[in-house]
Amino acid sequence: MEIFQHILNALQFGSFYALIALGYTLVYGVLRLINFAHGDIFMVGAYIAYFVAVALLGMDTGMSPGLALAITVPVTMVLTALVGVTLERTMYRPLRRKGADRLYVVITALMAGLILENGNLALLGASRKRFPDLLEKSIWTFGSVSVTNLKVIVIVAAIAVFLLLQFIVTRTKIGMAMRGISYDKFAIPLMGIPLDTIIVFTFILGSGMAGLAGILFAMSYPILEPYMGALIGWKAFIAAVVGGIGDIRGAIVGGFLLGFIEIGVVAVFPSTLRDLFAFSILLVILWLKPTGLFGVAKTTKI
Amino acid sequence: MSLLEVKGLTRRFGGLIAVNDFNIELGEHELVALIGPNGAGKTTVFNLVSGFYQPSEGSISFKGKDTKGLRPHQVTGLGVARTFQGIRLWGEMNVLDNIRVAQHYTLGYSLLDCFLRTKNYLLREKAIDTIAWELLEAMDMKDCAYELPRNLSYGLQRRVEIARAMSLKPSLLLLDEPAAGLNSADVEGLIKLVRWIYDTFPVTIWMIEHQMKVVMSLCSRIKVVDFGTTIADGTPHEIQTNPTVIKAYLGDDTI
Amino acid sequence: MQKHSFTIAMIASMAVLTALAQFGFINQYIQSVIMLMGVNIILSASLNLVNGYMGEFSCGHGGFMCVGAYASSVMTVLLFSKNQILGAPLLPESMALFAFPLALAVGAAVASVAGLIVAVPSFKTRGDYLAIITLAANYMVISAIDNLEIIGGPRGFMGMNATVNAMNSVVNIPWMLIWVILGTIFSVWILRRFVSSTLGKGVPAICQDEIAAEIMSVDTNRMKLIAFMLSSGLAGLAGGLFAHILGYVNPHSFDIMKSTEVMVMVYLGGMGSLSGATLSAVLFTLLLEVLRPLEIWKWVVIPLLLILLMQFRPEGLMGNKELSDLFPKLRKYYSFK
Repeated sequence: MEIFQHILNALQFGSFYALIALGYTLVYGVLRLINFAHGDIFMVGAYIAYFVAVALLGMDTGMSPGLALAITVPVTMVLTALVGVTLERTMYRPLRRKGADRLYVVITALMAGLILENGNLALLGASRKRFPDLLEKSIWTFGSVSVTNLKVIVIVAAIAVFLLLQFIVTRTKIGMAMRGISYDKFAIPLMGIPLDTIIVFTFILGSGMAGLAGILFAMSYPILEPYMGALIGWKAFIAAVVGGIGDIRGAIVGGFLLGFIEIGVVAVFPSTLRDLFAFSILLVILWLKPTGLFGVAKTTKI
Repeated sequence: MSLLEVKGLTRRFGGLIAVNDFNIELGEHELVALIGPNGAGKTTVFNLVSGFYQPSEGSISFKGKDTKGLRPHQVTGLGVARTFQGIRLWGEMNVLDNIRVAQHYTLGYSLLDCFLRTKNYLLREKAIDTIAWELLEAMDMKDCAYELPRNLSYGLQRRVEIARAMSLKPSLLLLDEPAAGLNSADVEGLIKLVRWIYDTFPVTIWMIEHQMKVVMSLCSRIKVVDFGTTIADGTPHEIQTNPTVIKAYLGDDTI
Repeated sequence: MQKHSFTIAMIASMAVLTALAQFGFINQYIQSVIMLMGVNIILSASLNLVNGYMGEFSCGHGGFMCVGAYASSVMTVLLFSKNQILGAPLLPESMALFAFPLALAVGAAVASVAGLIVAVPSFKTRGDYLAIITLAANYMVISAIDNLEIIGGPRGFMGMNATVNAMNSVVNIPWMLIWVILGTIFSVWILRRFVSSTLGKGVPAICQDEIAAEIMSVDTNRMKLIAFMLSSGLAGLAGGLFAHILGYVNPHSFDIMKSTEVMVMVYLGGMGSLSGATLSAVLFTLLLEVLRPLEIWKWVVIPLLLILLMQFRPEGLMGNKELSDLFPKLRKYYSFK
């Protein structure tokens, strides 16, 4: 029965990776830009959730935690999306306008991540923040397997977000425009599609999901610190690439795969070996399938 | 023995058959054209011959050696040089370096030589330099030796590309649409250049070309392909009057 | 004169620096800044080979530095210091002078073998996918060392000072300063010789058009192998020097943050320019020292500066030009080959 417990844990971890990986993959799919700041946007999301929740609970309205949660979620998602869009507007877009090489945008993203991390550290200090309890914990037990409601929410949220994004990208007009941009950024404006609007929309989606991941993560592991986004962000990014970056299915598969690998390793070996094994396995996958599981190899014509 | 012998060459991409049972034999010192409508699989044949693609079926033997499994630089080392349909020069390197780098096949010194600047290294670098300068001199392009290719006109870029290919001292030169995108004056220049190369060097030239003017005035033999299959093979005159060729280019006259 | 002026200038400045340090005119702090500068020059010049000349996006340089640091440290500790696990010193102190460069070379060699983790996949894949592989390689190296209890695991590894002391017991001069300067000159010199040769120009050819390179007889796999192994080997050398400057290493000083620092130096200086890489390493080291009073804000200011640089001068300080291209008159005074 232990195995089911492991599977549940893997699904939960995988959900976080998948939610963050979706943000990477969306932006990459549209702009061919590795948004290295995304892991830190996730961290900012967790902090925003913290401040919103503390403010709501701190007011003398006697607000119930449940209501606070219901308000925190959308507010956090909106504010986090705002952070993502700000990065796009102030840093990425000017470079794009200048027709700068993709590489410079990537470096800018990397630097933006550093600013978020260290700016947070400088402003809020090194003390960790404890996220308040917003959800009354209930545990359901089936035989020897026990599930917390939070775990179920996390997993369901990841799958719901995946379905939503998959629907947006493949079934809606704006999704079609997003896919169009990834093929030819120059032809899109000529077709009367507002390029910048679509890109901003992409950032809203990606960062909003990172905000959601931030809240859920903060609820599951209620200790916040400024570097929390770095490692999980890098890992989620690698997961997105293993799945085939630019493909939404790839992000979800890669995220869950990473979750299963990590939990699987920890179940058998000492937990310190987790990263080593996880990265080695991912590396082997990339050696065997260089464009990831769902990625399509681009053929070069000469 | 023929220089190049292609037998039953077939290349599939998924379900698409780009080249189907293609055969050709080229001797020493010939000037041959490969023509056919767009998408007929001409460039794929060149890609196969230069080792960029591996054949699905059939064999390519060059100077009696089967080139199967060789990587492109190894095929080039055997004496096959080519130019590209869209020009592929190294844009951030000057013309001289473009030609020098193409000497990798006959570098003749090791990494250690390079670090230690041994006698062998200096000798070889000097030889490479000489080859490059001689070629630029002969092709009348000495002035642009230190220019970056992207600052040159399209016609000049083509010449540089051909010079780069010739610096490999090939026995077989593949020209992929050398006249594409050139104005009429440049086309004249190109015809002269190809003629001059053919007269000066012991090389077999095989070109893909759409401009009939170029093909008819240069080539002694023409091969026509359509949908990956050879539909005609002969002298320029024979090709001009071949009904299958006319049909492939102009379509059926029954409407 | 012009032929040797550079060599003479280098030897002279090394002698002057050493003398100044020896007779106490420059203090320990300035010495350590100079040594860090040297290490940074090696790192940024070597990463420039891959990220600048070859146009790949390697973001795991810190990992190779880590391998070199540990390999050479383990060797010197094994040879010259008493360690609980590795035992008593194997060689007498008088041998330190000969053994130390050897240990550095071993570190570099091991790091360059580690470079294979990245070099081999680069045959098949490039760009973003390769970037991830370098990233994963960095994490792998660090977590591998974290799990090697025999060399201290996450607590780090020390004992390298014994070797430095051993060298000082032979002749008491600032040895580490000398080794760092020699290592720096060696690295830049070897890279310069490589990239200016016809062989080495195959590397930018891969960057500018890989297909054309392969078809024009450049053995692209071999070039990639050379570039990655040379780059990671020199990073290993830098790591070895770094470890012996500090006398202590910890796997987490070589994480993504370190790799990012090196990348910053490369792009600050300009891709594909050795003088740019050198110059930016010097500037960056100074910048870090100048901004030290800002404490953590330093790491907000520096990224901000780089973002501004990307907006207004994206090609870096030098672009892909060398000093002698920008100031042709300089050629009269030196030739660096």
